[in-house]
Amino acid sequence: MKRFLKSMNVREMLRPLGQMFLFSLGSTIVLSALMLVLALILDKTIVGQTLFQRLNVSLYTYTLINLPQVAIDGLTIGFVYAAIALGYTMVYGVLEFINFAHSEIFATGAFVGVEILIALEKFGILSGASLAMAYGYLILAIIAGMLAAGALAVTVERVAYRPLRHASRLVPLISAIGVSFLLQDMIRLIESLTTGQYNRIMPTFGNFDHRLLLGKMTLGAAHITLGVSIKSIIVIVSAVLMLVGLNYLVNATKIGKAIRAVAQDPQTASLMGINVNRIISLTFLVGGMLGGAAGVLYALKFTRIDPFVGFFPGLKAFTAAVLGGIGNMTGALLGGIVLGMLETYAGSFMGVFTMGAAGTEYKDIFAFSILILVLIFRPQGLMGEHVAQKA
Amino acid sequence: MSLLSLDAVHSFYGHIHALKGISLEVNEHEIVTLIGSNGAGKSTTLRTISGMIHPQQGRILLEGRDISRMEPHTVALAGLGHVPEGRGIFPKLTVRENLEMGAFTVADPDEIERRLEYGFEVFPRLKERMGQYGGTLSGGEQQMLAIARGLMMNPRLLMLDEPSMGLAPVLVELIFDIIEGLNKKGTTILLVEQNALMALSVAHRGYVLQNGQIVLHDTANNLKQNETVQKAYLGIE
Repeated sequence: MKRFLKSMNVREMLRPLGQMFLFSLGSTIVLSALMLVLALILDKTIVGQTLFQRLNVSLYTYTLINLPQVAIDGLTIGFVYAAIALGYTMVYGVLEFINFAHSEIFATGAFVGVEILIALEKFGILSGASLAMAYGYLILAIIAGMLAAGALAVTVERVAYRPLRHASRLVPLISAIGVSFLLQDMIRLIESLTTGQYNRIMPTFGNFDHRLLLGKMTLGAAHITLGVSIKSIIVIVSAVLMLVGLNYLVNATKIGKAIRAVAQDPQTASLMGINVNRIISLTFLVGGMLGGAAGVLYALKFTRIDPFVGFFPGLKAFTAAVLGGIGNMTGALLGGIVLGMLETYAGSFMGVFTMGAAGTEYKDIFAFSILILVLIFRPQGLMGEHVAQKA
Repeated sequence: MSLLSLDAVHSFYGHIHALKGISLEVNEHEIVTLIGSNGAGKSTTLRTISGMIHPQQGRILLEGRDISRMEPHTVALAGLGHVPEGRGIFPKLTVRENLEMGAFTVADPDEIERRLEYGFEVFPRLKERMGQYGGTLSGGEQQMLAIARGLMMNPRLLMLDEPSMGLAPVLVELIFDIIEGLNKKGTTILLVEQNALMALSVAHRGYVLQNGQIVLHDTANNLKQNETVQKAYLGIE
C-alpha cells in the first residue's frame, strides 16, 4: 500500500511535465505551420518580391530559418508568463478576486533579486566568482526575490484585502488597483532614496549570456544556426521546476488539498478545522513566491528593470490566466505558454510580413486581442468549466 | 455535566432575530433531535453552536468549555463535528480527499488510515467510489460521504443537519439505521430533521422549536404521543 502511494506521487509529479511538453510542442507546431502558410501566400505578393530583391531569399525560407529561434524565445517568455499567471489563478481560485497588485509583487521580486546581485558585484564578489558560485549567487537572488515577494503578497492581503472580504466584489478589486499604484511608487521612492536612480541593470556574471549552439544546417543558400542562450535555459528550467513543485504541493499534499477545499467551499472547510484565513495567506505566499521568482528570471532575461516593469508582464499573465480559464492551474500553464509563443511569433514575423509597416512594437495587439476574444466567446477559458454561481 | 449545553442563546441571522433564548442540553451517548417547521431556527441553532454565527447573548458550553466566541475551525478542534445542511461536499475533491479533509486536524497518517477504514466499514459504498470526484456522487452517496467525513474528525459530538433531505424513502431508512448504529458504537448526536417521525424514532430526547424558541422538550417517546406534536409535525390528526 505504501509503495502504491509513493508511485502515485511520482506520477503526480510527472503529470505537469507531460502537460508542459504537450502545450509547448502543440503551440510550436500550430504557430509555425501558420507562419509558413502565411509566408507561402505572401511570397506571391509584393512582400515576398521585395524581400527577395533585398536579401536574395524567399520569404518562406526566411521564415523557416527563423522559426527554431523564435520558438525557443517564445517558450522562455511563455514560462515566465505561466509562473506569473499561476499567482493570479491561485488567488482567484480561493477568493474569486483578481489580485491586480500581483504585477508589483513580481516587480518587487525582480528588484530584490537584482539589488542583491548589484550589491554582490559592488563588493567584487561577483566578478571573481567561479561558475559554481555564480549559479549559487543567482539561486540566492531568486530565493531572496521569492521570499520578499511572498512576504509582500501576504502583507497586502492582510492589510488591503482581508478587511474587505465581506464587501461587494468590486471593492477589493479597486483596492487591488490602488495597491498596485502604491507599490509602484514605493519601489520608485525606495530605489531613488537608496540608489539615486530607479532603473536598474542586472549585473553580467557567470556564463549566462553564452549561447549554446544546438545545430547548424544548410537550406539552399541559407544557413540555419540554432542556438539558445544559457539564461533562456535557466529561465525555462527554473520555471518548470517551480511548476512541478507547485503541482505537487497542490495535488499531493495535505495543505494543498486544504487549499483546494477552501477554494471550493470555505465555510465547510472551516467546519473541518481548517483555518481559512491561514490557507488564504498561504495561497498569497505561494502565488507571491512564484511571481517573485518570475521577476528575477525576467530581469535575468531582459536585463533592465524599472518600477513599472511588472505592468505589462502582469497584464499579459492575467490574460494568460483568463485564456486558460481563470482559477484553473493547468489552464494558467497552457495560457502562459500559448500567449508567450503567440506574442513572440507575431513580434518576430510582423515586420517582414508587413514590409516593416508594423514591427515588433505592435506585438501586444495580439495578447490583448486574445483577452477580448476569450472574454466574448469563451469566458470560461480553454480549460475552465462553467462555474456555477456560488450561493 | 452534559456534553453540550446552550444557555439562553440569542442569535441574529442578518437582521432577523433568529434565536430568542435557546437553552438545551445534550448528554453523552444520546441522540437528541431538534424538530420544527421551516424557518423555526433549527439550522441557525447548529450554525451558532459551530461558530459560523456568533450569538448575541448567552453561553454555549462544550464539555464545560465556553465555545460561543470561537471561530468554526477552533470549535471543530474542540471536538465538534457539523455535517451542514446541503452536505457541503467538496465537488472537485475525490471521495478519499473529502474524507481526508475531515481528518485535517489529525497529524498521524496511520490514525487517518484507521479512521478511513472505519468509515469504509460503515459505508462500503464509499470505498467503491474512493477515486471519484465528490460532485459526481448521487444524493444518497453524498449524504453518506458527508456523515463519514464528519466521523473522520472523531468528534465528541456530531451534529447532523437534515440528513434525509432530498433522499428517496429507502435511503432515508438506510441513513437513519446508520445514525442509530453510530450512536450504539458511542457517538453522541444532535440531529436536526424535517422528518420528525423518523427523527423521533431514533432519538432519545427531542426539542420542539418554534419561531426561534423552544416550546416543548421531552423524551422522544413522549413527544411522539403528544397531541400538538402529532398535529403539527407528524401529520396525525
